[in-house]
Amino acid sequence: MTQNKTNIQSYIKIENNEIVLNGTSVFKTEPTDFADFSKQTYRNFEMQYPKFFKMDALSKLAFLGSELLLSPITSKEEENNIALVLANKSSSLDTDVKYQESISDKENYFPSPAVFVYTLPNICLGEISIRHQLKSENSFFIFDAFNTEFMSNYSNILLNTNKADVVLCGWVEYFNDNYKAFLCTISTEENAKYTNETINTLYNK
Amino acid sequence: MIREIYITETNCITPLGFDVESNISAILRGDSGIQLHNDVSLMPNAFYASIISDEKINSAFAKISTETKYSRLEKMMILALEPIIKNSRVALNSKTAFILSTTKGNVTALANDSEESFNNAHLDVLAKNVANFFGFQTQSIVVSNACVSGILAVSVAKRMIQSELYDNIFVVAGDEVSEFVLSGFNAFQAMSELPCKPYSKNRTGVSLGEATAAVLVSEEAKNAKIKIIGDSSINDANHISGPSRTGEGLFRSIQNALKEAQIEANKLDYISAHGTATPYNDEMEAIALNRLDLQNVPVNSLKGFYGHTLGASGLLETVIAIESANQNILFESKGFDEIGVSEAVNVIEKNEETAITYFLKTASGFGGCNTAVVFEKIK
Repeated sequence: MTQNKTNIQSYIKIENNEIVLNGTSVFKTEPTDFADFSKQTYRNFEMQYPKFFKMDALSKLAFLGSELLLSPITSKEEENNIALVLANKSSSLDTDVKYQESISDKENYFPSPAVFVYTLPNICLGEISIRHQLKSENSFFIFDAFNTEFMSNYSNILLNTNKADVVLCGWVEYFNDNYKAFLCTISTEENAKYTNETINTLYNK
Repeated sequence: MIREIYITETNCITPLGFDVESNISAILRGDSGIQLHNDVSLMPNAFYASIISDEKINSAFAKISTETKYSRLEKMMILALEPIIKNSRVALNSKTAFILSTTKGNVTALANDSEESFNNAHLDVLAKNVANFFGFQTQSIVVSNACVSGILAVSVAKRMIQSELYDNIFVVAGDEVSEFVLSGFNAFQAMSELPCKPYSKNRTGVSLGEATAAVLVSEEAKNAKIKIIGDSSINDANHISGPSRTGEGLFRSIQNALKEAQIEANKLDYISAHGTATPYNDEMEAIALNRLDLQNVPVNSLKGFYGHTLGASGLLETVIAIESANQNILFESKGFDEIGVSEAVNVIEKNEETAITYFLKTASGFGGCNTAVVFEKIK
């Protein structure tokens, strides 16, 4: 297989009530919970997308990160062949636990389709695809910790086999108000900014 | 030169049998795993589903291990993998990977409130438990992409081997019938009151099922059962819980897979489709197939035999389709009576002998995901 050099174009980190875009803090709040932090972020960046409020926390987290990375590079007029390759440790367990509570007590049994649909980790890929109209390669992986080697290899495969022009690759972990997102865009386009950096070094910075 | 990729070993654990041969015999007889169940621990009312008996799982497992720590799903996965790992004689070294694909894994563990049980609900823990049984040296990869998981895992394996990261990848897929999933599909009003009837006029929804399937994806042509020649997984970008009305993601997935396979659509001899028997899914598939001019290619859904086995379905149905191709038999699309999709598709009504060289496997799922993989018979 031809191995073209691929480069990280941009990256974003969301944790501890702060958003860091390409190494610069772009938004920070006082210590608060994720529900409040995500709402403040949405308002601060004037995102106009009411569906956001229907999403579960994992989808909100993935949505916020991808919004800041993809909005500048996607257009409504053109096809955007941007693959989504995301992973985490807790899958959709945060919502799974909530859904399980709705069926455990037979006296108080109220399974909801609106909750059930979010008991799949790849729903966040669907949400991002809908938002940016990405009719593109999608896959969600689970690892006990961010496997940067696999994620970077798999992204390179998609780019080198022309299955995608750009890959949005990253880690979106959410459980019980603990969260961390690291997302980056990768393509074969040259970019002098991160020549010595890898997903691994940026993630651990 | 891009590496050629094959499937060299297959196996499955289903209510119809614990190996491929017994499953094929059952399909040829017209048996179905779907039965009426009365089990209030799973559903308040009676329901149709394809469920494996605990006794069968436990007695088969007792023949290969005395360990009691494994969950029911872990036993089913180990049972699917054990004979093919043994038979293949592939060394579990740094060039051999393990991919586990599932929609809900050990979600039944959430019904128990303990911390240990909660830990077991994690998919990486499930993968570790299964991988450690066999002693894989590489880190397990888990694919969890709703109902395309099993077939997407084949595609991921093919890509990883093509890039020369690995030479062999064992892929297992599995899901169970659980209260969690039954209640969810029921809340969506997506459950059929009778055994499911894919593509039929009177179809009203899914029958759920459980199974595990396992394959060895390899760069080794010796003993190959089938060659993987093209694949693609494209999102609809339309709706998170319903398929696109135009079948856009599936249409593009098939188109891309055929392009990579370098064959025209009219070369396909058979399509093993998803066919969940929900009104929207089957309609979407019929539209996508017609857009590709595939309406005359014989197509079946195996959901009438196995129910919808979620993440396992794509891999299980690939294992069966490989037998179909190698034995040159099209299997009936069980449960089908009168065509009930708005655009014609050529649903297989009776088992029929025919020459099969190329076939297509497709799957679609929540989140708008779709996967298509094209296979070629070994000459």
